[in-house]
Amino acid sequence: MTSNSKRPINNRRQQSLGATPGAWLLAGPALAGLLLFVALPFLVAVGLAFTNLRLGSPLPVEFVGLEQFRRILGDPRFGRALLNNGLFALVVVPVQTSAALILALLLNRSLRTMVVLRTLFFMPVVFPMALVAVVWVLLYAPGPEGMINAFLRGLSLGAWQARDFLNDPVLALPAIMVLSIWQGVGFQMIILLAGLQAIPRELYEAAALDGAGRWCGFWNVTLPQLRNALIFVVLITTILAFRLFDQVQIMTRGGPGGATTTVMFEAVHAVYERQQVARGAAMTVVLFLIVLAVTLFQRRLVRQERAVS
Amino acid sequence: MASSLALFAAALLFAAPIVFMAIGSLKPDVSVLAEAGTLRAFLPSQISLENYADVFRRVSFGRFMINSLLINSSIVAAGLVINSCAGYALARLRWRGRAVVLALVLSLMIIPFEAIAVPLFYQITLLGWRDTYTAQILPFMANAFSIYLFYTFFIGLPKELEEAARIDGAGVFGIYKEIIVPNSRPVFATVAILTFLTHWGSYLWPLMVTSGESVRPLPLAVAAFFTLPPLQWGDILAFGVMMVAPILVLFVLFQGWFVRGVAASGLKG
Repeated sequence: MTSNSKRPINNRRQQSLGATPGAWLLAGPALAGLLLFVALPFLVAVGLAFTNLRLGSPLPVEFVGLEQFRRILGDPRFGRALLNNGLFALVVVPVQTSAALILALLLNRSLRTMVVLRTLFFMPVVFPMALVAVVWVLLYAPGPEGMINAFLRGLSLGAWQARDFLNDPVLALPAIMVLSIWQGVGFQMIILLAGLQAIPRELYEAAALDGAGRWCGFWNVTLPQLRNALIFVVLITTILAFRLFDQVQIMTRGGPGGATTTVMFEAVHAVYERQQVARGAAMTVVLFLIVLAVTLFQRRLVRQERAVS
Repeated sequence: MASSLALFAAALLFAAPIVFMAIGSLKPDVSVLAEAGTLRAFLPSQISLENYADVFRRVSFGRFMINSLLINSSIVAAGLVINSCAGYALARLRWRGRAVVLALVLSLMIIPFEAIAVPLFYQITLLGWRDTYTAQILPFMANAFSIYLFYTFFIGLPKELEEAARIDGAGVFGIYKEIIVPNSRPVFATVAILTFLTHWGSYLWPLMVTSGESVRPLPLAVAAFFTLPPLQWGDILAFGVMMVAPILVLFVLFQGWFVRGVAASGLKG
């Protein structure tokens, strides 16, 4: 009796343990890649940030504790970079998300126009940011010939004076924000559109039966149903705001006078121009901590909603 | 209807830079900037392919295109294989260490590339891989988010599929090849497209690890071309059109898959 009841259990354990070598073989390459090229450099970055490593320096490398962090946080240029990333997030996230939501709402209708327009709005996403940056340098051409200047002059019925956007300490960062929004909106729009199309009709019908108007329906049905998709969109746009590099490198080189510098721009140039590897690493660690904080906050928000529903 | 008008206006604003780029590539260089502030920016006065010919005369465009295609397809192809295998192992097999590996994958997903760029650059230099294709391909084949997408998809597959094969004595690899893969086209398409979109425009990393022309991809080429004297805007726009045309064609042909892929990334996130 006892031996009979033991046999099935033994078989099951044999089956699953038997899968172990196969599973390691299947997962092995990806795991090796992640360990070697993600986990390892990440640990090295954290380690480096506590040293004074400078490539090519005759001095020996030593552990300096929080000195790198103290230095970068006290550096006005890095402070400006952090501020720029923060400003970028503060402006681009709400503007891009609202634009994406509005476009998704407008497109959530007849199939044929939706497909054509969806393609159009998504097209800039497929453009490499480097190309977008180059084309928009031309669009921002100073003087009345520049398309943006001409457009604004037309909108303001002649009141707009032509500006050199990319060399203007006040207008340079907003100029970069505009083209980043142009490039990124399509991606968020698709996500929100998918979210919108997943909302069951019955919810709207129930609301209408209760006498809810269009606006009421939007506020009480659409937005709550889109909550997680919106949170996700806000999360990735925020993270992208802190990773800002390509446009700044190509269009303004962080100028004029640091008006458009970003954390990654400072980090890359610290490593490249001054071989200050430890300093660059410290800057990227700061970036990671910001991304981590934002991600954890998002996970908390999403979990809250799951608990309630 | 007001919303249709708003949509139309938005569409015009969105299309303007793209149309400008396309039309400008067909104009003589001097006209591009001179006419940019007028409606003639959108109307070709003289259509000529001179700028395109000029691009080929001034830089080896073909080389950069080949580099981009080679690097990207390698990352996508290798990634599809190794990440799906890992996702399958995590989703469907019971093995010692599974929980640890899964936790590792989930936590590595948060790390942005920029946080590891500096030491990775250092690693690449130590390995002697500067200025190679390897440096641009190998570090990106394994991807935590791709593994996660495969994992969540495979978990959703009905168990009956595998049980029939297992009773027939199929091993782990057999099941993977014959059962899992043919039934998972959506997730493979999603991961392929998202990976492609992520790396096609890659600029920071190639900038860090390459210096010569031989292995540089298109985004670096356009930025370099843009600073190459003399600054001829017609040529630059022609470069841009050629650079983006292949992906645009791919996109228009497969846009259903693109949209599904992007939407899936949002719903899973």
